[in-house]
Amino acid sequence: MLLGACFLALLGLGALGATGRAPRWVFLGSAVASAGLGLVGAIGLPATPLPFGPPWGAAQVAVDALAGWFLVILALAAVPACLFAAASPPPPRAEGAGFPLFLAGMALTLIAADGFTLMLGFELMSLASWALVAARHATGAGRRAARLYLAFAAFSGICLIGAVGLLAAGGGLGFAAMRAAPPEGWRAAAVLALVLLGAGSKAGLVPFHVWLPLAHPAAASPVSALMSGAMVKIALYVMIRLLFDLSGAAQPAWWGLPLLGLGVATALIGALRANLERDTKAILACSTLENMGLMVAALGLALAYRGADLLPLASVALAAALLHALNHAAFKTQLFLSLGAVYSLAGSRDPDRLGGLIHRMPWVAGCAILGALSAAALPPLSGFASEWLLLQALIQGFRASDMSVQLIAAASLAVVGMAVGLAAAAMVRLVGLVFLGRPRTPRVAGAPDATGLMRVALVLPTLLTLVLGPLAAVALGVLDGPIRQVLGPQAAAPRFGLELALGEGGSRYLPGLVALLLALVVGGLVLLVRRRSPREPARGPAWDCGFLPPPPHMPFGDPLSQVSALGLGQPIRRSLGGLAIAPREWLVNQPPGSPAAATLRVEGQDRGFTRLLYPLARARRALSREAEQLRGLSLRFYLGLTFGTLVSLLALVALLERG
Amino acid sequence: MAVLGGLLTQLLHIALMLAVAPLLVGVVRWLKSRLMGRRGPHPMQPWRDLLKLLRKRPVLAEGASLVSRVSPYVALGATVLAAALVPSFAFGMALAPMADLLLIGGLLALARVALALNGHDAGTPFGGLGAAREMTFAVFAEPALMVCVMVFAVLIGGTNLNAIGHGIADGQLGLRVSLIFAAVALAAVALAENARVPVDNPATHLELTMVHEAMLLEASGRHLALWEMQAALKLLVWLGLLATLFLPYGTAAPGSGPFAWGLGLVLWGVKIGLLALALAVFESAIAKMRVFRVPEFLGGALMLALLAAALIFVSTGLA
Repeated sequence: MLLGACFLALLGLGALGATGRAPRWVFLGSAVASAGLGLVGAIGLPATPLPFGPPWGAAQVAVDALAGWFLVILALAAVPACLFAAASPPPPRAEGAGFPLFLAGMALTLIAADGFTLMLGFELMSLASWALVAARHATGAGRRAARLYLAFAAFSGICLIGAVGLLAAGGGLGFAAMRAAPPEGWRAAAVLALVLLGAGSKAGLVPFHVWLPLAHPAAASPVSALMSGAMVKIALYVMIRLLFDLSGAAQPAWWGLPLLGLGVATALIGALRANLERDTKAILACSTLENMGLMVAALGLALAYRGADLLPLASVALAAALLHALNHAAFKTQLFLSLGAVYSLAGSRDPDRLGGLIHRMPWVAGCAILGALSAAALPPLSGFASEWLLLQALIQGFRASDMSVQLIAAASLAVVGMAVGLAAAAMVRLVGLVFLGRPRTPRVAGAPDATGLMRVALVLPTLLTLVLGPLAAVALGVLDGPIRQVLGPQAAAPRFGLELALGEGGSRYLPGLVALLLALVVGGLVLLVRRRSPREPARGPAWDCGFLPPPPHMPFGDPLSQVSALGLGQPIRRSLGGLAIAPREWLVNQPPGSPAAATLRVEGQDRGFTRLLYPLARARRALSREAEQLRGLSLRFYLGLTFGTLVSLLALVALLERG
Repeated sequence: MAVLGGLLTQLLHIALMLAVAPLLVGVVRWLKSRLMGRRGPHPMQPWRDLLKLLRKRPVLAEGASLVSRVSPYVALGATVLAAALVPSFAFGMALAPMADLLLIGGLLALARVALALNGHDAGTPFGGLGAAREMTFAVFAEPALMVCVMVFAVLIGGTNLNAIGHGIADGQLGLRVSLIFAAVALAAVALAENARVPVDNPATHLELTMVHEAMLLEASGRHLALWEMQAALKLLVWLGLLATLFLPYGTAAPGSGPFAWGLGLVLWGVKIGLLALALAVFESAIAKMRVFRVPEFLGGALMLALLAAALIFVSTGLA
């Protein structure tokens, strides 16, 4: 009932949004509807046939433990995003219509209990999000990003339809029928490949990641928050549903290795690019790549351990993926909204035009710093708990009997460690550029803080991040259901009371106690130090290393004496940048005697473009040129072509009839 | 009784770590001066500086925010907690079940991020530069640390520092080549994490070559005292970590009495002293590297750690 009401509400709100009237109510209504969906996710729903559907049978919906977990994640990301959208100036009409439909598409994918409904929801989500990306850009780079996104969305849809078709070939489109006839042999391998291509390109796995850092930032801030916070999780859900649940438990251990390899590669490249980008939202989108990479790597580990009959380790890895999905939804939604508030209130997404916002926007800056620390996986915040589980699952890789798996686990551990370090560096760079230091432009120096509904939208996910850190074990307790559903009744979430623990006597992490002790130690330090030195600090000019003091018309000092976005990325660009992009640096020197400044130029393009998309585009051009030549042929050749086609078709028919 | 002993050793241990940390810095400085033919300051000098700085009022830069005032406490707090987890004279302290190597790495990372944010806060050129370099070094140091943790996990089965130290002290594992590789890798990581030569020069006065000090240019008064204490404690944590992982012999077993503690304390002092001497000799004998060669240095450490892991897979696979 509630589910149906929520869907009807979302569709109605979409229609209302299309009229362009009362946009605020559209978004507030969407917030209520998504909260309702989250409630449905928490309660669950048995398989129910709908009164309508495709010609060959009724569509089915169900909310089991796995879908419920992701519905809750969706709601937790959607409510703050809707509130933020309601607090923003009225959007274009396409956005008002697309936003509720986008939410409905994501929810439909999650509640689907047959292949048709699943694909319907997935395509609705893709199209609505494309419309939302394109809505703000009639021309220019944003439009190009939207087109690229549409191409990748179509590609992922085709691959997933193929995968669902292969799964349905055994019995029927219903999930129960698919489960009853799991794929084997070449069909299983084809399902794996198609899911990796389809859901992988939606989740931004290498080498299909190039669209994500372009499309996610191009949309309006709440839409970006939803795309990074929730939509990529839907791709993750589809992966788990198709590869773990519907393909059966008997799949071999090597199934996990492609996921693991692609996951760690994505994590590394995403984290690396987050250190090189010069757009605040693109930095966050690249960090999404990194986190998706970690989650997919954890899924791969879970598949590999399940195939190797190491069920406790498989549940550790799966718990890492699912818990990180929740944590990432919380802090990434919050970060996108915070940087969206910066964009709308301080007027820029370019970190070289921001700076020192902690003085002008204490609420936004406080929320963003907490979210960034969580994204940097620092204890006792939420990101650390899930990454601790992932690292433990990788470290325990030595328990696999196969030495090649052990070596792969060790190498993956090294890459994941590097990605975690890079993510921390990227978050420090983002916070340092945007919120700390001095303002780089006058406009930033006068920016107002977020107020009212917008502040609520920022504080909600921040509180969630703060709570999820110390109480990670409670979230893991909820995860018992999904883990049992996916891995079988013997599996359990890796926890022991309030601890995250790898079985009896295994490694453990007690986040609540760590938070408490840290608070105690820091509080004690403050008391001790302040007792000995009670005086308030004085203010003085900063040591600017020999620069002349700034003239009076520059009240914030010389902006050029602050490190730029490019400069902060330089050490990482020089040491590792070549892995992700093809960087090129050159110095533009002035002739002797000229007073103009010499400049250092840096350019770089993702290797996904140079290695994958450009060759594809070249091949397409060459092909179309060949096809174009067919138009200039003589009648003789046309008749010959027709005859040849006829003969080969007849030969094919004969061949098929004989076989 | 065991609980009481654990609590007592834990408190004694924290007091010991806090007392010894500045002394260790003084001893390393004194040793380096002697090796270079100078008389050198008294080993207690860092303690005297700290006490003096603690009394002083800090002067904040004009652009500095709350971050400058909060980050020294957070960084020192995280480092104290990490120090509380690394055993010195006895195993089985009250917090021993928490002493997970990944958690210790995470706490040190928290301190590092607080330091980097502090570097960004005043908006000065060298603060940001130092922060970027520090975070870049961590990108290479963290994976090396994690792979070393995996090597120990293969030998002992888990990542708890107490279990690892205890297991190695039992002596059933024997001498393993992979442990030597892991020791070299971790020593390189320790040099980088503590901003020692060849990665950074703790005695430099030239901003361009600074990494760690560049982030502290604006710190003064009690804030500077906290940062100095944090750096000293971090050095002690790393030396203590190396001692616990590779030389855990003589450390009192869980539940043992004051006599064993005393023996463990003496031996711990000897171990830390030897490590300090090794550090001073190494720093005196080698020149600082260019910043852009540090990734190669730490990448070498990572490769050594991976080699150690591969060797241990081979040896456990054959056994």
